[in-house]
Amino acid sequence: MTVAQLLEKTGWQSLLSVDETREIAGGYAGDLLSWVMGRAESGDCWFTIMSNLNVVAVAQLTDVACVVFTEGVMPDEAILKAAALHDINLIRAEEPTYAACARLGELLR
Amino acid sequence: MEELLHYHFDVDGANFASAGEASVQVKRLLRQMGFSPDLIRRVSIAMYEGEINMVIHANGGDADIYMDPEQIRVVLKDHGPGIKDIALAMQEGYSTAPDNIRSLGFGAGMGLPNMKRYSDDMTVESTVGVGTTITLVFRSV
Repeated sequence: MTVAQLLEKTGWQSLLSVDETREIAGGYAGDLLSWVMGRAESGDCWFTIMSNLNVVAVAQLTDVACVVFTEGVMPDEAILKAAALHDINLIRAEEPTYAACARLGELLR
Repeated sequence: MEELLHYHFDVDGANFASAGEASVQVKRLLRQMGFSPDLIRRVSIAMYEGEINMVIHANGGDADIYMDPEQIRVVLKDHGPGIKDIALAMQEGYSTAPDNIRSLGFGAGMGLPNMKRYSDDMTVESTVGVGTTITLVFRSV
């Protein structure tokens, strides 16, 4: 499933699309950045409520397919700019993290 | 024998938001040089953890990268407070990071363990009151 298909099937809001053809291989949910760096895999869809600039660096280093801000979290302008610079797809979901993960799980089944 | 490539980065201790710039540059360099995606990921994540540690605990420091086709060596040197008990610091979940850092998503006590996890060889030299030098080796073959 691609990022474009994820957006279409969930109705989640795309905050920044740099490469919607990127394949989503799996998912990881977490807000502690070192856990994400230790556990998230390349191609994962990363669910988080953390919204500071370091999220962009972690997304880039882990090579996740996209970042999904859950619980309606809205990242600020600085994050959007940094993500554009570093080619990170950013998505926003109103659902709680668990519900968002469950939806991805269904779609990847 | 191929010449060893060396890059030096100053890690700015004052700016938490820009932490990771050196790692991101190294990631780009390694990609240009044609290293495997897995190796690039391991090196850049481990180096990022080191950068973050230097910003949190030591007001910055120096990062030096030495590359040849067989291996990449990353040396992270700071003049911070040093690590009292290295074995304890290496345990997952142990952290001395302050609360304001934790609120940014760091300080989970996974930095040094991640550096160990992603490198092939890791040495930590530290003297309390003098500083810490961490050397990470990544083999490409």
